[in-house]
Amino acid sequence: MKPLTEMTPEAGSTLKRNRFWFKAFQQRYLYLMSLPFVIWIFIFSYVPVWGWLTAFQNYKPKDSILDQKWVGFDNFIQLFQDERFYIVLRNTLAMSTMGLIVGFTIPVIFALLLNEMKGQFFKRSVQTISYLPHFVSWVVVAGLVYKMLSTDGGAVNQLLMWLNIIDQPIQFMAKGNLFWGILTVSDLWKEMGWNSIIFLAAMAGIDPELYEASTVDGAGRFRKMWHITLPGIRTTFMVLFILSIGHLISIGFEKQFLLGNPVVSDYSEVLDLYALKYGIQMGRYSYGTAIGIFNSVVSILLVFIANGIYKRVTKETVI
Amino acid sequence: MQGVVHKNIGDKLFDLFIYIFMTLVAIATLYPFLNVLAISFNDSVDTVRGGLTIYPREFTLRNYETIFGFEGLITGFRNTVIRTVVGTAMGVAAASMMAYTLSRPDFQGRRWMSVLFALTMYFSGGLIPGFLLMKYLGLIGTFYIYIIPALLSVWNVFVIRSYIDGLPFALQESAKIDGANDWTIFWRIILPLCQPVLATIALFIAVGHWNSWFDTYLFNNRNPENTTLQYELMKVLLSTQTGSNYRDPNAQQAMAAVSPESIKMAITIVVTVPILLVYPFLQKYFVKGMTLGAVKS
Repeated sequence: MKPLTEMTPEAGSTLKRNRFWFKAFQQRYLYLMSLPFVIWIFIFSYVPVWGWLTAFQNYKPKDSILDQKWVGFDNFIQLFQDERFYIVLRNTLAMSTMGLIVGFTIPVIFALLLNEMKGQFFKRSVQTISYLPHFVSWVVVAGLVYKMLSTDGGAVNQLLMWLNIIDQPIQFMAKGNLFWGILTVSDLWKEMGWNSIIFLAAMAGIDPELYEASTVDGAGRFRKMWHITLPGIRTTFMVLFILSIGHLISIGFEKQFLLGNPVVSDYSEVLDLYALKYGIQMGRYSYGTAIGIFNSVVSILLVFIANGIYKRVTKETVI
Repeated sequence: MQGVVHKNIGDKLFDLFIYIFMTLVAIATLYPFLNVLAISFNDSVDTVRGGLTIYPREFTLRNYETIFGFEGLITGFRNTVIRTVVGTAMGVAAASMMAYTLSRPDFQGRRWMSVLFALTMYFSGGLIPGFLLMKYLGLIGTFYIYIIPALLSVWNVFVIRSYIDGLPFALQESAKIDGANDWTIFWRIILPLCQPVLATIALFIAVGHWNSWFDTYLFNNRNPENTTLQYELMKVLLSTQTGSNYRDPNAQQAMAAVSPESIKMAITIVVTVPILLVYPFLQKYFVKGMTLGAVKS
């Protein structure tokens, strides 16, 4: 960059007067390539936070956000007094906890078993097949779930009847107490293969000498899995686990929206759906925003608690 | 992996167990799709008899002929293809440009822009403020709502950036000495080298666009001209689920002849197949991309 300043005396004097603007001019292409997106992210990620103010107002869309009636914590008080809120919170936490437990243990086991396979072709085929559902939308998956669980000719009912476990088809989608399980299993079916990718990659990164050394020491297959493979993926596992804890409360609503129905709504409705229903469909924007704030605050708290526990146990930190 | 050691019975049994387990996983994954495929090609009167597994009993193309007459589906297909192509192209362009500027150690804006982007990964305004923003910007009921608010993903920016950081910086320096400006360096040197990571990102963005239905449900449910394929499928799915009718006059007539069940299955296949054709070929890229993203986070 130096030769450039020597070539143009005007630019050189500008450099003396104002280094910053000269450099900015030199980097004009970099600014052109980034500033539009900086403006974009400001509008779409930072401006909505301003909307949190509405939670402390009785927001009416026709006026500007600053001309609203301020109501303090009324919306939050209302929220905490609503019985429905506690049902919805229970459903959210139940489904996310089940998802967290199942969604971490099974993919790890799956990856562990894949890692032990020797036939490369079969291994690759299973992997490719197992990634498939990840790429399919929840709408399609919900359709498949309805189809598989239906009472007339659904594969699951047929299988259970064939095995003589039941003698009448079960109406899976109409049983509230089964909803959490159905949702968790559907999620597992969709994401198991995909979630195992990262663990497989971590396993591939383990030093082969460790295995060789333990073979010399006479360790069997299971001992190697337990003492080398699993500790080898510990860091990856913990990072992902702690990040997921942060999402315990904001699990989205797509699956619940698509798999749920009025019959099982006492079990299928989650916080985000509740916010959607009150906030947008009923037009109670302030109330819906209050739910959103509750969500965010709890998520951040959960991440810090999880990270704190992890730090205590291992003296390392994730975030 | 373990080298050649003498194998005992336990080891062999374990190998057998793994193979059986993996076969079951493969069957459990594929069966629902094959079942739906079979029904979609089966005569709908015959389907009601039940007992269909993975091959059609009475082969027909009528289910498909019927759904290709649905106006909503045709519009939805067109919109989904447009948003996937345009959205992916713009998304990849935006993320790679942003990533390149953030990777330049000498760029003035690097620090504050990085912070500005990274922070958004820890909070979000939430559903309602987001909705109000769209309303305020006048994006509700337009096609732009599919493209503009989802233009950039901070995650993708950081994944590409960490990839660029792994490239030798000397390449850029020598190009600079040869008189290339920043744009030329980006376009001629960085982009071609980033192909593997860009393929991954493009796949993720494209799948996201292809599969998205909620934005249509929330922002465009009163604008049939802006409908999308997944939203149409969702309407059909939920309509037979709750017993109310799919509100498409054409569709209702057609459904009298071909059962809603067969219609649903045929649409499901139409929605799913394009993705199934693409992802296995990109597998080697996205496995790498996934790992890169996770390591850097």
